[in-house]
Amino acid sequence: MKRIIENKHPLAIRWFHWVNFPVLTVMIWSGLLIYWAYHPYKIQVGSFTLITFFPDWFFKGLHMKQRLAEGMSWHFALMWLFTINGILYVGYTLISGEWRYLFPKRGSFKEAWQVVLHDLGIRKGPLPVEKYNAAQRIAYSSIIVMGVGSLLTGLAIYKPTQFSWLTTLLGGYEIARLLHFALTIGYVLFFVVHIAQVVKAGWNNFRSMITGFDVVDEKV
Amino acid sequence: MPEREELTTDQQIRRRTIKSFAWFGLASLVPVGFWKYVSSQPKEGSIPAPLRAILNSNEQVANMYFSNQHLAPTFALDEAAKNVRINGREGLRSPLDQATWQLQIQQPGRDNLTLSLDDVKTLPKFDLIFDFKCVEGWSQVQHWGGARLADLITHYKLGTRTGQPATGEADYFNYLGMETPDKGYYVGLDIASAMHPQALLAYEMNGEPLADLHGAPLRLIIPVKYGVKNLKRIGTMTFADERPRDFWAERGYDYHVGL
Repeated sequence: MKRIIENKHPLAIRWFHWVNFPVLTVMIWSGLLIYWAYHPYKIQVGSFTLITFFPDWFFKGLHMKQRLAEGMSWHFALMWLFTINGILYVGYTLISGEWRYLFPKRGSFKEAWQVVLHDLGIRKGPLPVEKYNAAQRIAYSSIIVMGVGSLLTGLAIYKPTQFSWLTTLLGGYEIARLLHFALTIGYVLFFVVHIAQVVKAGWNNFRSMITGFDVVDEKV
Repeated sequence: MPEREELTTDQQIRRRTIKSFAWFGLASLVPVGFWKYVSSQPKEGSIPAPLRAILNSNEQVANMYFSNQHLAPTFALDEAAKNVRINGREGLRSPLDQATWQLQIQQPGRDNLTLSLDDVKTLPKFDLIFDFKCVEGWSQVQHWGGARLADLITHYKLGTRTGQPATGEADYFNYLGMETPDKGYYVGLDIASAMHPQALLAYEMNGEPLADLHGAPLRLIIPVKYGVKNLKRIGTMTFADERPRDFWAERGYDYHVGL
């Protein structure tokens, strides 16, 4: 017997979630246009360069040359939507009590390993049934911390004289810029894992993020 | 509606799913439409007018917090770069005649004032070692020396609509424009930024007179702005209530570029 479970994801949370999609797309794209004007970052092991951010073919493929002004104008417009959406989301989860499902619990950090092992197919047997498992709690809370981090590091490099105390607190202008960049790489990695998990979880789970309701199969 | 109550669970799931996805599809047209609308608007200073309007509102927001008490952090002398980066040659393409160079100051309704480099040097000299920031994203700790722009303005009683010494900020014209002698490069500054105590008319770099490509004989150093506003080889300074023309604002950048 199928049964509809109402209100798995409240309407407000679905809005905040999906608004992020176009907003972050434009923020990351315009951020790349800005980064391209001065792109020194790479990961080195000794003298061996592991990863360059980014190789020329990457920028060329996106036709990114000399569009710094365009990138800045979009970035400094959409930053408002990013901020407002983030504040509304955090405010809503706090007031509605949804934070109880999202915030890590005492055992979450230990349990998260079990989730990872389970998802990789190493650990057999079912996980404890919860709206969000331990790994999800950590991931969904971390992404909020990262969002706040992007906002603060962004402000630190946007107004480094007016907010010099903030820029100094974050390790100075260059460190703040690096952190701002690293956080964006973090979003992209989050996105990749997020999509993989959504595909793995299947249609019911994906649908609930759009319709709000969930469907369970109950054995009679 | 009695029929509705008779819907099976499967039918309910199906109907509600279709309805939600239809709304979702409609809603996703909003960002696409927004993008297309903004991109198709007439350009103002090389970017779509709505984006220009937002940049200008950002300036209003920034001005609510702006204060002459907010200073750029300063550094120790040995932290200053010996090899100071040169990033722009606009306005410096014609040769400079140091002997005939003069600073022209223009104010609406008043006679022009012409100053020599020695006149500027009679004002108190300040050294500033700060992190110079380029709009491209790089920065460099640099050591500059010169007179405060604010001191020049108050000493020569410049920039007020009355022509008298200023009794308050409102007495000043809204903007100060600067251009190179060949008019090849030009910037506009809001008067509050121009009056910032770290804004220098620099004639020294690392304790030496300026080299040509660093803006000899006199250039602007203004830590509340990106490098693009730090005009080299100042030829004229013009006070105005309307925004003076600005080289990079004409090419798609924010006019304010305040830090």
